[in-house]
Order: sequence, then C-alpha cells, then structure tokens
Amino acid sequence: MNTTVVAQLQRQFQDYIVSLYQQGFLDNQFSELRKLQDEGTPDFVAEVVSLFFDDCSKLINTMSASLERPDNVDFKQVDSGVHQLKGSSSSVGAQRVKNVCISFKECCHVQNREGCLRCLQQVDYEYKMLKTKLQDLFNLEQQILQAGGTIPQVDIN
Amino acid sequence: MATEGTEKTKSTEVKKKLNVLIVDDDPLNCRLHEMIIKTIGGISQTAKNGEEAVILHRGGASFDLILMDKEMPERDGVSTTKKLREMKVTSMIVGVTSLADQEEERKAFMEAGLNHCLEKPLTKAKILPLINHLLGA
Repeated sequence: MNTTVVAQLQRQFQDYIVSLYQQGFLDNQFSELRKLQDEGTPDFVAEVVSLFFDDCSKLINTMSASLERPDNVDFKQVDSGVHQLKGSSSSVGAQRVKNVCISFKECCHVQNREGCLRCLQQVDYEYKMLKTKLQDLFNLEQQILQAGGTIPQVDIN
Repeated sequence: MATEGTEKTKSTEVKKKLNVLIVDDDPLNCRLHEMIIKTIGGISQTAKNGEEAVILHRGGASFDLILMDKEMPERDGVSTTKKLREMKVTSMIVGVTSLADQEEERKAFMEAGLNHCLEKPLTKAKILPLINHLLGA
C-alpha cells in the first residue's frame, strides 16, 4: 500500500464530499445514509442512490407526458409525481432536487403550466448533475479501496 | 410475538431480535428502513402495500413493530391500520408521513390506530427511542 497515494486520495475524497454539501447538492440525510453503510453492506449508499435516480427518470418522463398538451394538463397527476420525487430526494439527501420540487409543487397548486415546465427542466438538470457528482465520489471511493486505504468518515457539521 | 429471529447468547438467556414489518410501496424507502432496522439489530420483512400487509396477518404472521406508510396503492396506511386493529393486531404500529401531510391527515392516521407517527425521512435517531420503549415494555 502506498500510504502517500492513499492519503492524497483520502484528502481528495474529503474535500470533494465537503464541497457537495457546501454547494447544496447534499444535506444531512446523505450523511445518515453513509452512517448506515458498513463492511457487510459496502454498496448500500450506491444502491439507494441508484433507486433514487431510477425514480427521477421515471417520474420526470411521466410528468413530462402530463404537461405536454397545454389544453389538457392533469395538474393532480403532476403534483403526485412531484410529491413522490420530493419524498425520494428527501430520503437520500438530494437537497437541490428537493428544493426544486418545493417550487414545482407551488406551480402545480396554482396550475401554472409554464412554471411547471421550467421546474421540470430544472429538476432534470439537478438530478443529472447530482448523478455525475456522486459517480465521481463513488469512483474516488473505489480508488481509495484499490490503493489499500479506507474510506474516511467526514464530519460535515 | 414472533418466535423467529431468536438467537442464543453465551448465557442461558435467549436474545430476541425485533421483528419488523415495513409497509411501503416505495422500494427506496423499503431499503432505507430495512437497513435502519438491521443496524439496530432487528429483522424485517416488507409488504408493498396495505393489502399485502393484511394478507400476511391473515396468514398468521405477527410482528413486534409495523412501519406503515400513509400513501399506498391498493390499500392505504389509514385503511390498513384500521383493518389490522379490527383483526386484533396488537403490534406497535408507527405511521410514516411526509412533511406535506396536513395536520388533519395526520390526526386521521393516528385515530386509525397508530401508536406513533414519524415524519420521513426516517433515521436511526428517530426510531431508536420507540424501539427502546418497545423492548423495555
């Protein structure tokens, strides 16, 4: 094990994960997920996050279809999708996605189709951005493990 | 109480594992709640809606704790809780609600027969006091 390489990777990991919290991509719930992961379930966070991204993709497609025709928008259905997405994002600590969902719900409530379309675009952007960031984070984890190191616990408070 | 999930310790006492039913249609929440229960030292089973939960109980299953989601297809949390209490199920039933739920909705859920109500997302810190209370009772 090259301890210098491991230390560098661990520092990179710590800096990266802290930046994700500071930039609002993640909130404390993500820390709760990481605390639940252990040696017996090393892929727990990746698994849960993957379920979340599947949810995002499905719900965004459904809501997009519901918003397609200007004269026939089922705002109740869109709201239901946003509700589910807000719940999922809250469960994994996807703070930016959750915040867009809050605005999105308001647009549904006042039946503002244009507002809903903007929020839909924003939620799509945010979840894809988060997906890329978390993939980079998981890649860093793998590099640390392959170099013989351990994943640092990061205190974000 | 379920007899599954017991294990012998070095002493002559049998250490009983908490047996939990997670009733939720969302696979993400099911996985999260399963993991929380596991880290607390319990074992869990899932039902993806209220109707499945009722069928499990009709089949003779029993649990120490039921985590009941509110919004589910087939049979929602309120209806399921009422039904289980009608069936004389005495497990601790904890409702799991979202922040968006109105006060009246939460009240109706409690009145259906819940012991407690917790807001999503569940964490170990939220659930541990209830479990300690359950194990201490």
